[in-house]
Amino acid sequence: MATQVKVPTQEAVPPRLSMRLGLRGWVYAGRYPAERYLYILHRLSGLGLILYLPLHVWVTGRRLQGPEVWQQTMAVLSRPVFVAGEMLILAAFVFHAFNGFRLLFGHLGCALGKPAHPVYPYPVALHRQRSMTVALMVLASAFLAFGVWNLLTK
Amino acid sequence: MAKLTGDTESGVLTLRVARYNPEQDEAARPQEWKVKILPGMTVLDALFAIKEEQDGSLAFRCSCRMGVCGSCGMFINGKPRLACNTQVSELGSVVEVAPLPNHDAIKDLVPDLSLTFSRHRAVLPYLMRRDTAEMESPTREYHQTPEELARYVQFTYCLKCSLCLAACPTAATKEQFLGPQALGQVYRYVADSRDEGLAERAGVVDASHGVFGCHLAGACSEACPKGVDPALAIQLLKRSLFSGPPHRSAAQVVPAFPEGHQTPEAAVRPKAPPPSV
Repeated sequence: MATQVKVPTQEAVPPRLSMRLGLRGWVYAGRYPAERYLYILHRLSGLGLILYLPLHVWVTGRRLQGPEVWQQTMAVLSRPVFVAGEMLILAAFVFHAFNGFRLLFGHLGCALGKPAHPVYPYPVALHRQRSMTVALMVLASAFLAFGVWNLLTK
Repeated sequence: MAKLTGDTESGVLTLRVARYNPEQDEAARPQEWKVKILPGMTVLDALFAIKEEQDGSLAFRCSCRMGVCGSCGMFINGKPRLACNTQVSELGSVVEVAPLPNHDAIKDLVPDLSLTFSRHRAVLPYLMRRDTAEMESPTREYHQTPEELARYVQFTYCLKCSLCLAACPTAATKEQFLGPQALGQVYRYVADSRDEGLAERAGVVDASHGVFGCHLAGACSEACPKGVDPALAIQLLKRSLFSGPPHRSAAQVVPAFPEGHQTPEAAVRPKAPPPSV
């Protein structure tokens, strides 16, 4: 008599609840320190600059259509709402550039210190960049102030 | 949103837990309990108090109860923490507890860590040598100085609790991202002077879902309960991918003791008398 082989059946896995945060996970920094907020600002400013780029190309492209069209465009762009927009773009650019230097140093493992035996309270390497971060943000603010002053007085 | 209730001065703590029963629920539902605060009480103690005295159906995972096993990772008051390592006195009168973000919840506060473990395995977390014969059947020891040990020892403290993955903003949006735990462990082996596996591991981590998916938010290092600092390990790993591991050459095998060496125990131990017939 042939023996019946019992084929193991795979039990149905009960449904799992996905706790993936999605966009909320990178937009909300909650109780994390400054570097986590700089991460959000860096992404937002980068996104803003990327979105501005096609507009910038379109505006400068108007120059090809003759001096009259260009004058018209410039007249539109001198309205307060566009000047304010220009300031925002400048702020995004200055912040992104200076914070980019900080990240560049970090990604190359510079100004983070060396690994060591962890002793409580545990140090976080990124905090060793704090003085550099403050210096870069002060520089960014100075550049931004100069740019805004330049925009308002031109 | 319901008004927060609870009072640590009166010795009562309100615990609001995100519950999920796969047989009944399609989403997490909040449930509140009040627990009497005891001296030195941790969030895990409070959960046990609920389970033993108020609702035996509450599910959570734990083992060592002293921050060593990494089983009780939860999202406590907006941060991933180990429940056994978190005193209720530092949290205020209302404590909100949910399963670890960026993971699947199996039931209530029990996260599915299988993805973390499979990613850990994917990055080849073991010593790799070219002298495979010596690795397989060792005849001597690999020589390593204390300075060489200091380059990676910090990263060996990883519990695989997955708190770093729960804190990581890249992991929140990018499902394929290997995550701070696995990437940190890659550097743990790359920085080990006994290891020669950088090229093999580079094949796994040199990608946008690998080491270059990290944008240095630093949340993983803030969340790590053991001071492993995965953000540091990942940045040093990026550097290693460009310029090689921190050690110039792999550790050499050396004899455990010089030729003819006798251990002090063997030298002092008196010889057994010859057997008398």
